Amino acid sequence: MSMRRWSVTLLAAFVALLTIAPLLWMLSVSFMARGEASQFPPPLLPSDPSLENYRTLFGTFGIGRFLANSLLVSTLSTLLALLFTVPAGYAFAKLRFKGRDATFRMLVAALVVPGQIGMLPLFLELKAMGLVNSYAGALVPWLAGIFGIFLVRQYCLSIPDEMLEAARIDGASEAQILRRIVLPILTPILVTLALFVFLGSWNDFMWPLIILADQNLYTLPVALAAMSREHVQDNELMMAGAVVTTLPVLILFLALQRFYLSGLLTGSVKG
Amino acid sequence: MSAAGRSGEARAGWTMASPALAAIIVFFVVPAIASLFLSFTDFDIYALANLDNLRFVGFQNYARLVENPLFWKAMTNTLLFVAVGTPFVVALSLFAAMLVNSRWLKWRPVWRVALFAPYVTTLVATAVVWRYLLHTRYGLVNYLLSLVGIGPVDWLGSPSASLPAILIFVGWKTFGYNMIIFLAALQTVPRELDEAARIDGAGWFTRLRHVTLPAIAPTVLLVSVLTVAAMFQLFAEPYVMTQGGPAQSTVTILYFMYEEGFKWWNLGSGAAVAFLLFLCILAVTLVQLRLAKRSGAI
Repeated sequence: MSMRRWSVTLLAAFVALLTIAPLLWMLSVSFMARGEASQFPPPLLPSDPSLENYRTLFGTFGIGRFLANSLLVSTLSTLLALLFTVPAGYAFAKLRFKGRDATFRMLVAALVVPGQIGMLPLFLELKAMGLVNSYAGALVPWLAGIFGIFLVRQYCLSIPDEMLEAARIDGASEAQILRRIVLPILTPILVTLALFVFLGSWNDFMWPLIILADQNLYTLPVALAAMSREHVQDNELMMAGAVVTTLPVLILFLALQRFYLSGLLTGSVKG
Repeated sequence: MSAAGRSGEARAGWTMASPALAAIIVFFVVPAIASLFLSFTDFDIYALANLDNLRFVGFQNYARLVENPLFWKAMTNTLLFVAVGTPFVVALSLFAAMLVNSRWLKWRPVWRVALFAPYVTTLVATAVVWRYLLHTRYGLVNYLLSLVGIGPVDWLGSPSASLPAILIFVGWKTFGYNMIIFLAALQTVPRELDEAARIDGAGWFTRLRHVTLPAIAPTVLLVSVLTVAAMFQLFAEPYVMTQGGPAQSTVTILYFMYEEGFKWWNLGSGAAVAFLLFLCILAVTLVQLRLAKRSGAI
């Protein structure tokens, strides 16, 4: 039995190592000197680790600017998404109003339509509004988060009606009930949703690529893709760029993984 | 509950739901429907400058697409990604889930997080990393293959290897997500069932086929539907790793739409591509659901 235990654990460790190897290699190469990784056999560790690539990225390439753009866009997307979707999710779960169930059924049906279908008209729409080439343009898709409404609604269904009725009898307004009673209960799912939107917006590529033409507004993925097309042979520099782009979200995920994984299950078992 | 209280509740309901609903209508529903209308116009760079240049052209965009070899190339490439990629990713995810679900496994949470990590990384960043891992001369992948005596593969430079190369990356990036969904389903399969089959002398594969798979069939369907939709939406992977090449072997339907719309500014034609993509996803999903119903999985 113990033999079996060790062989299964060893296999899992091997598969896990294989899975995170590309990330470890990215980190290792980012500390190498120019051209060091382009040898055969490929070196696994830097012979003389240095921060030179990071200095070049922040100095010559001004990646700090793109990092700031990404932080700004993702933070605003998250705040706005919460502001828009949380009250709606609660209303669809707990408040009785005419047309509620029909509207919600339409939203669920709309979940199967990929956002890319409307990308070209959305671009024209935002152009008419003067939002092309602005941070606001990059945020817009996150306001229309059907998935967020769905997630919050699922969670709200477990709030007992008696609790809300009691507050109403005590004379609380609906807005007060949402703020003082419902929001505190919702804290875990709010963290989950915020994490989903922040990571989603940070990692998003196609939409910012379309809507942001001005280099000064580029988010990290867009800037990195542009850089990697120009500097194909600068392996070590590009790895440092990849680290700057992906490390913040990786750390955020590791710190809050409990919220992320539980939310993922609530979201996927939608049938 | 008084009538006044009831109407107050209804008013609050609409007030709370309407900002989100308005955003969904303006930024999602209207563009999606407008896509269909746009596809019947010759919207191009001249119309972008001055709307007077816009004309209604009926099905002309669709007729042109049908005659465009690159459109068919993008179509076949995408269907190939769906046909080869879906079973590959589903099998990989199921294998990982069964491994992590094994009752003999120690330190389960550690392995689960490690296997999930690629999913949360930034796609563009890891695509850049994999472009170097798959380098013909200096890449780690070819180095590992050389250890077992396989000669260097020109992963991103030859039309026959580029699709598997991108699928390896996509598989690595996404299997963790499906694994979590599979894990939740596997935990509902009673251990005794598997144990009984084992005592009866059923091998690993027999138990997988006759005990585990039937028990989690609805989840296999769910994961397949999600994976098919994801395979239809590949864009950043070819954009960063191959720029659609070599010999247009990795031009996907979304990549084609992007170039049509935002490189050549043929927005009418691009919208037609978007609408066809939607029909494809819808059709494949409906077929999957029907097959599942017939076989009794759901």
